[in-house]
Amino acid sequence: MKHRVGTTVNGRRQEHEVEPRLLLVHYLRDVVGLTGTHIGCDTSQCGACTILVDGKAVKSCTMFAVQAEGRELMTIEGLAKDGELHPLQQAFWDEHGLQCGFCTPGMIMAAAYLLDQNPNPSDDEIRRGLEGNLCRCTGYVNIVKSVRSAAKTMSGSKTKAGEQPATARRS
Amino acid sequence: MAITTMIGAKIHRREDPRLVSGQGRYVDDFTRPGTLFLSVVRSPHAHARIKSIDVSAAAKAPGVVAVYTHKDIAKVVAGTMPAAPAFVAEKKQVPARFPIAEKEVVYQGEPVAVVLAETKYQSADASNLVEVDYEPLPAVMDLEKALAANSPTTHSGAADNLGWDLTYIPEDPNVMKEADVVVKQRILQQRLAPTPMETRGVLAEYSKPDGTMTIWMSSQNPHFIRLFLAGALGIPETRIRVVSPDVGGGFGSKISPYSEDYLVPAAAKLSGRPVKWIESRTESLQTTTHGRGQYFDVEAGAKKDGTLVALKMTQYLDEGAYVGTFGAFQACACLLSTGAYNWKHVSARTVGVLTNRVPTDPYRGAGRPEATHMCERMIDLLAAELKMDPAEMRRKNFITEFPHTSHFGLVYDSGAYAKAMDKAMEIAGYDKLRQEQAEARKKGRMLGVGISSWIEICGFGPSAATAPATGGLALVESAQVRIFPTGSVTVYVGTHSHGQGHDTTFPQIVADTLGIPYDMIELRHGDTAEGPAFGYGTYGSRSLAVGGMAVHKASTKIVDKARKLAAHIFEAAEEDIVFDQGQFYVKGSPDKRKAMGEIAFASFGAGLPEGMEHGLEAVAYYDPPNFVWPFGTHIAVVEVDPETGAVDLQRYIAVDDCGNIINPMIVDGQLHGGIAQGIAQALFEEVLYDEESGQLKTGSLVDYLIPTANEFPNFELGRTITPSPTNELGVKGIGEAGTIASSIAVINAICDALAPLGIKHVDMPATPDRLWRQIRAARGASSNGKEARQ
Repeated sequence: MKHRVGTTVNGRRQEHEVEPRLLLVHYLRDVVGLTGTHIGCDTSQCGACTILVDGKAVKSCTMFAVQAEGRELMTIEGLAKDGELHPLQQAFWDEHGLQCGFCTPGMIMAAAYLLDQNPNPSDDEIRRGLEGNLCRCTGYVNIVKSVRSAAKTMSGSKTKAGEQPATARRS
Repeated sequence: MAITTMIGAKIHRREDPRLVSGQGRYVDDFTRPGTLFLSVVRSPHAHARIKSIDVSAAAKAPGVVAVYTHKDIAKVVAGTMPAAPAFVAEKKQVPARFPIAEKEVVYQGEPVAVVLAETKYQSADASNLVEVDYEPLPAVMDLEKALAANSPTTHSGAADNLGWDLTYIPEDPNVMKEADVVVKQRILQQRLAPTPMETRGVLAEYSKPDGTMTIWMSSQNPHFIRLFLAGALGIPETRIRVVSPDVGGGFGSKISPYSEDYLVPAAAKLSGRPVKWIESRTESLQTTTHGRGQYFDVEAGAKKDGTLVALKMTQYLDEGAYVGTFGAFQACACLLSTGAYNWKHVSARTVGVLTNRVPTDPYRGAGRPEATHMCERMIDLLAAELKMDPAEMRRKNFITEFPHTSHFGLVYDSGAYAKAMDKAMEIAGYDKLRQEQAEARKKGRMLGVGISSWIEICGFGPSAATAPATGGLALVESAQVRIFPTGSVTVYVGTHSHGQGHDTTFPQIVADTLGIPYDMIELRHGDTAEGPAFGYGTYGSRSLAVGGMAVHKASTKIVDKARKLAAHIFEAAEEDIVFDQGQFYVKGSPDKRKAMGEIAFASFGAGLPEGMEHGLEAVAYYDPPNFVWPFGTHIAVVEVDPETGAVDLQRYIAVDDCGNIINPMIVDGQLHGGIAQGIAQALFEEVLYDEESGQLKTGSLVDYLIPTANEFPNFELGRTITPSPTNELGVKGIGEAGTIASSIAVINAICDALAPLGIKHVDMPATPDRLWRQIRAARGASSNGKEARQ
């Protein structure tokens, strides 16, 4: 028995017939074909599958696809605009906020929501705000730095627009 | 060296733009047309006899294409899974291991059947319909009981549970008499689950007409997997291609071959369809090899003035139900037991014990965190006994002359241990911390400062030492460097990057060696169809000191050939050719130059010197003359709440020395992550089984506590640089350093905090529960149950 589900994913309308039990994360990966959203656990601990649902950070393994009916979904693939990295993506690159990269999409989406709610968080607020996302590589040091740096860029984004890095930069 | 501008520079990682954009390519992101999804039916028992398996209901379930058990798999997989000698050449028993159980299961999670279906949900559904009739058998869990004469055995019919018993240096009963003080301690190393954020996964596709097998899997060393699979599947290495694409962390747990690495290709061959299996997190915690799982019985003696006299240690290692492929590597804890110090006498013995748990195998540090934890704990126990400052105790006994040959015959290549400790003490403000501690103690606050002066052996390693350890294959490393006519370069390496940033750092080495712009150099790894015949993979902090040197060596070969060609073009003698900043010229005529790119173009043209082949490419295998020996000192500052047992890790300072540095940003990142994993062992993580039934109690991330961002302070890093004399780049390794050092810095700090209560030792993980009980017991001993509340 399949159900029709209609969503908007990264600004594009999606319509599919899915099993009612299909998890949203499997829908995104296997049906829509966006594999940037990752799966790191079975129990909603790791946050690798974090996306934005109507602008709010949600672990997409905690929702069924059918529950996303009529919702606006944004995944990591939808974050860059006009071929330019989002300030958070840029900051993770600049500050070495990732190593293996597996937790990164979820971490960035969670951080995007955090900055949406609190544009100028302290380090403690960043650490608490990302508590739902596990990283095994970075010890979180550079993740905190990345979010702090993105917050700064975003608060002054108009003056900083246009500053793009070369593929290899030094500092 | 042609140019020295890229080596040492903070270059941002070129792999990041795709990884931050969701364009990573991990195994589960690949699908082949017609892929079937495989689920593994696993033993719910730690130890049981399989009486029968009924697959009929599963086979009829919707979408199911096949269900395979041992008898099917045995048609296409031969032999047993490998167990390398590692540091224990002679073992008492090595139980034969096949990828799927036939008559007996010996750990919870051991595969008994696999189900193939059209979708992953159908596959999971049907796997619940496989009926296995088990006769449970006693589970062997406790190491001491396992060694008792009347113990049940891990495997039916085995004589006992002793895996190995090897004395590296025998005990001399007289030497401890030379000491004025002697301390004894049993030190636990709990089992840990490596827990990379990406679990394991395998996708296999078999082409019957060609007889070729292509396997995408999450591995740290795809060439080794190809080697093992070639033997097991009876397919030549030329027809097996293993691709290890982006890998979401390994930490040692993706080195050894696993059951599924055989079962998925076997299922692809049997079914004639591509087959994919992605490990769930519960499967990962249950069946991916664990690390540590040891205890040490140690005795250490010193003179009144603090001079170390004797160390006597025995390692008891929980091997699990089989010998992990590199499980005996962990015995290197014995070989590193003396740490950074001169000890007059040492004795060391390792005992491997079989139990009904998943096998242990290398996990970040593998033997070296255990050695450091043990040695650094004993130094603090001796210092406390002698009422010496732990820093002074260390300084008094540091090895100061290099090369240093240890009691075990290992040669430490270079070091400046006191320098690193001094720097760490300076960053920490050590003397001020001690004053603050004295003040805090007056108010009843439990502030502690812990030191860990660590060393490690890494860069595995010299062929003479490593070939016997693997059972034949020396852990050298390969690289191939190819320059194209336009001067761009592709570099193929046998190491594998899964977070370490080789895509960036290896081209930095090549850019300096060849004098070709960094942006024109690409690195490729992780595909056995490309590059040299064999690669050895990434583990044991070896990629730079061995793999980076192979890259350097291959590049140097190209420079040598290019120099000959330049001499020919300039009509000069080869010895008169200068190669500087990527340009060739004749000595004394620097105005007339040819860039490496121009020489590369010329190498594809006409008029080469007689006998010279076209092109500029080279393959190199680098066999290091020795291991490399990084070191450093870490300092942790904690406050323990005596009412709750909670530990507040207030500061963490680390000064490390890994020789010359290619990219400081990457080095710091490796340290951050490593430190976090060691702290996680000290405070949070522990794989727990029910000691009677052998049931895993920490089967999800609800129970197995991976720390979040909220559990750590910002780490304060410093650095000293003592180049390695072992290799031309002067480099060592840094991948495991943080983990090796950090567990004991935290534990020593906690012990220091609790010292006023008379508590001398704390085991890991130092959870609030454990500490509260210890504090309560200590206070009870002095004030008879005053702490009865809670």
